[in-house]
Amino acid sequence: MTYAIEASGLTKRFGATQALAGVGLAVTEGRVLGVLGPNGAGKTTAVRILATLLQADSGSARVAGHDVVRDAARVRSMIGLTGQYASVDEDLTGTQNLVLIGKLLDLSSRGAKARAGELLEWFDLTEAAERTAKTYSGGMRRRLDLAASLVGRPSVIFLDEPTTGLDPAKREEMWDVVRRVVAEGSTVLLTTQYLDEADALADEITVIDRGRVIAHDTPDGLKHLVGGQRLRVRPTDPRRAGDVAAILADLTGRTPETGLRGELTVRVDDDSSLPDLVARVRDAGITVHELSLHLPSLDEVFLTLTGRSADPGTLTDDEGAAA
Amino acid sequence: MSTTVVDQTTPSPVARREPPRTPSRTGRAGAIWRHALALAQRSLIKLRRTPEALIDVTLQPIIFLGLFTYVFGGAIAGGSQHEYLQFLLPGLLGQTIAMASVSLGQNLNADIEKGVFDRFRSLPIARSAPLVGAVMADLVRYLILFFVTVGVGLLMGFDITTGLLPVLAALALSMGFALCFGWISVYVGMKARTPGSVQGIMFLIVLPLSFGSNTFVQTSTLPGWLQAFVKVNPITHLVGAVRGLMIGGPVAVDLMWTLVWMAGLLAVFFPLALRAYRRPA
Repeated sequence: MTYAIEASGLTKRFGATQALAGVGLAVTEGRVLGVLGPNGAGKTTAVRILATLLQADSGSARVAGHDVVRDAARVRSMIGLTGQYASVDEDLTGTQNLVLIGKLLDLSSRGAKARAGELLEWFDLTEAAERTAKTYSGGMRRRLDLAASLVGRPSVIFLDEPTTGLDPAKREEMWDVVRRVVAEGSTVLLTTQYLDEADALADEITVIDRGRVIAHDTPDGLKHLVGGQRLRVRPTDPRRAGDVAAILADLTGRTPETGLRGELTVRVDDDSSLPDLVARVRDAGITVHELSLHLPSLDEVFLTLTGRSADPGTLTDDEGAAA
Repeated sequence: MSTTVVDQTTPSPVARREPPRTPSRTGRAGAIWRHALALAQRSLIKLRRTPEALIDVTLQPIIFLGLFTYVFGGAIAGGSQHEYLQFLLPGLLGQTIAMASVSLGQNLNADIEKGVFDRFRSLPIARSAPLVGAVMADLVRYLILFFVTVGVGLLMGFDITTGLLPVLAALALSMGFALCFGWISVYVGMKARTPGSVQGIMFLIVLPLSFGSNTFVQTSTLPGWLQAFVKVNPITHLVGAVRGLMIGGPVAVDLMWTLVWMAGLLAVFFPLALRAYRRPA
């Protein structure tokens, strides 16, 4: 297999903080790797090393076949980077931002303008093209930022928390944009704090925590490991909680847990029980504030993973992920 | 999960149509120049959007010129305000050039804070290009400064007693000096934590240099220990040379020392700034 990104044993220390303590990861060409981890896990540091913005203290990494330290210039000509904080120039218009990048990539003036127009159209920013980025909404800025990283038609794209800080609707919108980029065949490394985001976009997920890889799997494998999805019901009348609990227990064969706001949560292995649940709750005359099926949160993933990390059989360690 | 929607109406902007670019060895200097120009253009667009960023090269020299000529002019230079203006104007050029360099480091510092430079760092361009571009764009500000100061000076009665060629030489020399001196500000801009601290640090450098010089009074009126400082101060030599080129008098020695200082500032602060730019995480 050809890896578009492969890194092993990356370490990086900032003063007293060990940001990376031996991270290895690998992404096959044309695939999407989700790097999942909480704030401060080392995701951004890893991306910055792979994108040649930062040098690792030890370890090695190759991107698009080139060493990120010895061949940094070649790597830079093959990658696109969209940072955690949209790095567009606020005082420039959308067009000016993209034309500048085009010129820095040695496109002719006309070529840079044509490319800018093409990308603005693709990202649905044509109407805002001549406005300064200062006036853009959060979602528009992210799209412009992503567009800027695509000017040079990179074969490897780094997306560092592309949806952090966006509201749910804008997140979905951004996911669609990312899917369209992926459909074009580029290799993508995406970092995120959300399992549902990694699940929605990635072919494989590497989970990192405190500078170490603690799991590497497909989204399905990871969800299976953590115990599938959760059904959550919050009755309007808290006194009906007992009835809801009985229905949930009957449907799933498991005892639901009661949360702080009176919501009942129970693990399910697939989503087939959702329609039944809706019907049973309605038939029982119970109105609900919330009835949802959701993936385990990052917290739940970490609880499970760190709880089981003693078992090497189910988890892939650094060497395994880098091999 | 929803399925992937691929827009069929517009051509794919992602897929590669040409082989990957490889950085060419030949024409490298040309590439840096081209990239720096593109980045200078960016700075100028920003400057046009925020005209208040020109205050230090327009209003400030006008106010200083008026203030110093009419407040101190009577007391210094034997009571003749005209005489003092003749003496002061070349000095103020030197001082405002040094002061105008402060914003260069501030702007670069702000750019780095905002993450715009992360994008530049991830592009296959020379590391020096964004810094060189910023310094090049600043030349426009220094040109405005020169013409505003000389123009207002002429309205106030300043006499150019030499001629067009010497004045053009003074223009070239002060622009060249500004471009070299600016690298101190670039370096401080790379090192300081916030744009505010860039200003603080730069004023600690610029104020002693611009006041501890022959800008406002003759060096011979100063106490001996201060004269020792003034005589090596680069601003003194710049002001001395520009003064000679505009109102007559010896030029050669000050010109030589100004050029030596320019080379020295560039040789020290260009590499320092570049190293500091590569460094931050």
